[in-house]
Amino acid sequence: MYTISNKLKTFSIALIILGLLGVGYGFMTSHKSFEEVETMLAEETSHHGGGHAADTHVLADEADHSESHQGVVGDEHQVDEHTKHVEHVQHQIANRPWSALYVAAFFFFMIALGVLAFYALQFASQAGWSPVLFRVMEGITSYVLPGGLIVLAIAIASGTIGHYNLFIWMDPDVVAHDKLIENKSGWLNIGWFAVRGLIFIAGWSLYRHFARKFTIAQDSATDDSNFKKTFRISAAFLVFFIYTESIMSWDWIMSVDPHWFSTLFGWYVLSGMLVSGITVIAFISLYLKSKGHLEIVNDSHIHDLAKFMFGFSIFWAYLWFSQFMLIWYANIPEEVTYFVTRIEDYNGLFFGMMVLNFVFPFLVLMNSDYKRIPWFVVMAGVIILVGHYIDVYVMIMPATVGDRWSFGIPEISSVMLFAGLFLFIVFTALTKAPLIVKRNPFLKESEHFHY
Amino acid sequence: METSKVIHAIYTDDDVLMSAVKKVKAERYHIEEIYTPFPVHGLDKAMGLAPTRLAITAFIYGCIGLIVSIVMMDYIMIEDWPQNIGGKPSFSYIENMPAFVPIMFELTVFFSAHLMVITFYLRSRMWPFKEAENPDLRTTDDHFLMEIAVHGNETELENLLKETGAVEIKLIEKEEAH
Repeated sequence: MYTISNKLKTFSIALIILGLLGVGYGFMTSHKSFEEVETMLAEETSHHGGGHAADTHVLADEADHSESHQGVVGDEHQVDEHTKHVEHVQHQIANRPWSALYVAAFFFFMIALGVLAFYALQFASQAGWSPVLFRVMEGITSYVLPGGLIVLAIAIASGTIGHYNLFIWMDPDVVAHDKLIENKSGWLNIGWFAVRGLIFIAGWSLYRHFARKFTIAQDSATDDSNFKKTFRISAAFLVFFIYTESIMSWDWIMSVDPHWFSTLFGWYVLSGMLVSGITVIAFISLYLKSKGHLEIVNDSHIHDLAKFMFGFSIFWAYLWFSQFMLIWYANIPEEVTYFVTRIEDYNGLFFGMMVLNFVFPFLVLMNSDYKRIPWFVVMAGVIILVGHYIDVYVMIMPATVGDRWSFGIPEISSVMLFAGLFLFIVFTALTKAPLIVKRNPFLKESEHFHY
Repeated sequence: METSKVIHAIYTDDDVLMSAVKKVKAERYHIEEIYTPFPVHGLDKAMGLAPTRLAITAFIYGCIGLIVSIVMMDYIMIEDWPQNIGGKPSFSYIENMPAFVPIMFELTVFFSAHLMVITFYLRSRMWPFKEAENPDLRTTDDHFLMEIAVHGNETELENLLKETGAVEIKLIEKEEAH
């Protein structure tokens, strides 16, 4: 039996407390009054030289946002536009801590969900190499239930407690004046959104609950009936998962831009999920192995995980590029705005993550010998995880805070909060059962696995 | 033309062959060659053969393919005749790059795969109309053959090979090809 070390426990609790403080600070400093934002904007424009340039800037900027006022000129209109612009920026500033929290919550949740899908895949494909890693995977998937509920709670709270800080389709005022969102309101309304989310989380958690129950029962069983049960529910879960994962990615990610849609978005999110999940499996296995708890995991298992990291990084890049290139090539205005805002306001992050998520893993993990070296795998894994955090960041932030983004206390403390929570829940779950499954039909093969 | 003597020991089972290889290596005899009808897992390690460097050549060929595709399309589409085709920005390579990526990818794979295969053929001396080097026809079906050079120690070598489970041991006078 593994027992969580006190150091790790204190570390994760310290992360949670520091994170909570930071998140609280972020929320407290994001409520700027109209006048504060007005003076802030005036200061910003004066840095760019000339007070008059400010007005034209405001006009040009606002022309993009409001279609109803086109062609109207005059002082009254200019004042109106100015008010709108200040309110727009005020809203973006207020959105920042919400978005920072949501990005971090989703990032850690998607790791757990990716591992759950990978775990089911190992059962359904009757993989012979992975049974020694099952308990590590089960530990990580214990975060699916709390993580999913937190993400859903933040999403709904942003529309009920907050001022529609993440999803503008939750704002009845916006829906009333927006034909496009109004037409989608049959799908995008808070009630149905919450019910869908709960159904997904319930389905994933039920699978996780029973798979875990059966593998633990298999440890002391006399036949393989529990293994067969896990096999069956894993196959069924994978069917359920691929539908719900697609819908979840439309709901929780794509609907921050309710005017935009992409067909392969669900798979794109899935590929990011899988690669970060597998990276975390490798991390936790290496950690436990280095502490002497998982001697049975050899460098061939690590090699296999690193191959999956390599392969899924390329798969992610393939989907990222397919989505980008199709929209870039056709350049249809209603689709392309998504990438226009990202390239204009998030240029470094948007293309930088391509380097982190594709170029680095591709070159670093190509060599077969390097995939067996723990510190090499950890290094590549850190790059991959940072890259996929930025990926989620660039999916959410442009829709909520626009060009008012930065990395500061709200973002870093949100990551700390959920990292602490994730570590605490995962390592507590690891203490609940022996780290190696027993009586799994593929266990012997897995123990002697070498590549 | 010089002649040399070799011993051909024939086995009928790959497990027996593997243990024979280990024993012969332990006795510090030099194995010239082993002929098998199918890949025997771990044989190269048991024989102490150096790992292949074919993957490294493939990586280099892939890089060459990538460079070829970039230079080709930069010259054709951007430098030589930068036409406006359907509004695609042909002012610089980077601006129009997404449209070139499918070709860059395919040429990388094409160069990497084909040149590696050709390297493999050259390195293993394989080509059409090449005379087969098979010492015993049965080694393409169900027999395994180990070839060891003899330097006046025939009897002890034969005894050792018999011990390892060889079903047939033949002393062969071989014309040195090189």
